[in-house]
Amino acid sequence: MIMRRTGCKVVFLLLIFLLAGLLAANICVGGVNIPLGEVLSFLQGKGENAVHKDIVFFIRFPRALAAAILGGALALSGYLLQTFFHNPIAGPFILGISSGAKLFVALTMVASLEMVRQPGAGWLIGAAFAGAMLSMAFVILMSGILGRMSMLIVSGVMIGYICSAVTDFVVAFADDADIVNLHNWSKGSFSGIGWEQVATMAIVVLTVSAGVFLLSKPIQAYQLGESYAQNLGLNVSWFRVGLVVFSSLLSACVTAFAGPVSFVGIAVPQLVKYLLGTTRPVLMIPACFLGGAVFCLFCDLLARMLLAPTELSISTVTAVFGAPVVLVIMVQRRRDA
Amino acid sequence: MPEEFFFYTKGMTVGYEGVPLIKNIEIKVKRGEILTLIGPNGAGKTTILRSLIRQLKPLGGVVYLDGKDMATLSGREIARRLSIVLTERIRPELVTCREVVETGRYPYTGRLGRLSAEDRRIVMEAMELVHVAELAGEDFARISDGQRQRVMLARALSQEPELIVLDEPTSFLDIRHKLEFLSVLQELSQKRKLSVILSLHELELAERVSDKLACIQKDRIDRFGTPEEIFVPGYIRQLYQIGTGAGEECSGTPELPPAKGRPEAFVFAGNGRGTPVYRSLQRQGRPFATGILWENDQDYPVARQLAAEVVAEPAFCRLRESSVARAKELMTSCKEIIFALKPESGGELYPELWELWEYGRQQGKV
Repeated sequence: MIMRRTGCKVVFLLLIFLLAGLLAANICVGGVNIPLGEVLSFLQGKGENAVHKDIVFFIRFPRALAAAILGGALALSGYLLQTFFHNPIAGPFILGISSGAKLFVALTMVASLEMVRQPGAGWLIGAAFAGAMLSMAFVILMSGILGRMSMLIVSGVMIGYICSAVTDFVVAFADDADIVNLHNWSKGSFSGIGWEQVATMAIVVLTVSAGVFLLSKPIQAYQLGESYAQNLGLNVSWFRVGLVVFSSLLSACVTAFAGPVSFVGIAVPQLVKYLLGTTRPVLMIPACFLGGAVFCLFCDLLARMLLAPTELSISTVTAVFGAPVVLVIMVQRRRDA
Repeated sequence: MPEEFFFYTKGMTVGYEGVPLIKNIEIKVKRGEILTLIGPNGAGKTTILRSLIRQLKPLGGVVYLDGKDMATLSGREIARRLSIVLTERIRPELVTCREVVETGRYPYTGRLGRLSAEDRRIVMEAMELVHVAELAGEDFARISDGQRQRVMLARALSQEPELIVLDEPTSFLDIRHKLEFLSVLQELSQKRKLSVILSLHELELAERVSDKLACIQKDRIDRFGTPEEIFVPGYIRQLYQIGTGAGEECSGTPELPPAKGRPEAFVFAGNGRGTPVYRSLQRQGRPFATGILWENDQDYPVARQLAAEVVAEPAFCRLRESSVARAKELMTSCKEIIFALKPESGGELYPELWELWEYGRQQGKV
């Protein structure tokens, strides 16, 4: 028997509670600890400490929101890819889609440096999307040729390496002063994100996520396999295009702002699935988003705190928590088979 | 004339990637009829079925569903009339059987797929109909193959189809569940006027359940007709190109090739008692003779395929002296005599059988 219903509500409450708690923690904790009371008084427009106020409003608050939004986007992107490939260890990072996006963003950045102009957020997202779609096209092509799911992952990892190599090459050509910045970004980090960028990513990610939620009915049909989905009246080709575009948009958005972030896309949907005890998309989609947000907030907190004042790259932390999840999944599947 | 058929094809050609495999397919099903596709492996049964349900684009011709060209119908319109049960195994994770069946309501629900009370009632009804109601809360990945197949049928039924297409639905089922599964289909076709198209490997089941049969061979539909028209002597053998083995021609019960050579044993048989003995001798590779059988005896068809010699009489006739003499001759020449039965009531009507029985016993080779 699979028992749920009440369990699902508990899981959602838990996720929301964690999200609120971690948001608060990410804002309060840091090089300078700011008490929650003070933060709340800032929010009400009160409070005197101008330095603290600036830290909260211009550094930590946007950063925490970005971590939450992009984390949600990554988890959803991973969920869509897992649906698309019917493979539980598909994700934007492991399939090389993040790396493709990264390469294109790096190219755009370097090109605009030549023109002495800061590229707008829209440009970066556009470039990342183009890169993500290109990698995606390559991976889909390979999956058609190879037909084996394990080989799919291998080809994804390969394209990831190729793109990273080219990115490093491109970065090496950039001006000295900009390299530091570019280098940090290409490792993955939520630092240095401002309100304007938060607004842009919120619009893109929340719109796409709403679109994904509207796909929950077809996703459920698609879980039965393409033949049954088609018989149920689903236009499978368009649906697949939708999955690819949405997941690429989401991971492109993440890469444009935070660089490549590993393992969130794989680990979060899996963890959420076992928490919920179901794969119903109507529940999975919002839970994945919340779970991704919680996971990234948690990892970003660790990335900032562990070796303070030095910051770890976000992927370092997400990999530590995410990679074991992948191993557990593989072992478990082996046991089921 | 076409109006009376609920589902039919006109000159359909099917194949993969533009290469035609089977041409000029004319399949017709009325409401409440069961049509079975039979034919050897690789003949294209699945290809035809997949083309009928638009999983494969037909290379030519038209498929009509309820009088309308299927190419002009929307996915949703088709989904409300036609549902499927396929051989491909689906492995959704952490999904209950009830949820699998609920997906059948897809063409009826709104944007987010919320089920109404009516939808839930139909889902439960479908599950009860195929006896899987008690599995409702079970994890679909953790039930047996047979149960899974029935859940998939319940899923197809909850779609409230007028036509259901099944590709080898009995493959994973044991004999009891095969019969149960087909009897559910038969009941549905009779009571709800559901049309059924399926492919089967089991000829004996195909003969019993089908109203119509389509025999697929290489590049064509070789024959299309009622079981009486299809299961005629010699045809099944030709369809499946059984050369080495022997096909029981009327019912399609297959036997392995007989042992060849001079009969070593004589089997005194009748009333179907001889059949297991024949098969046992065949397994041991020992040629045998048998008799005396009337041609309407249950043992007769198997005897004809497996025995080196059958002493037989036309149905409802008296025993001829020549037959009795030949039987005695065989009894004498064989090393062993096996009595599959003792002539009891028959003894009064046919004293010759008694005589033969006594004769055999005296040979002392029992």
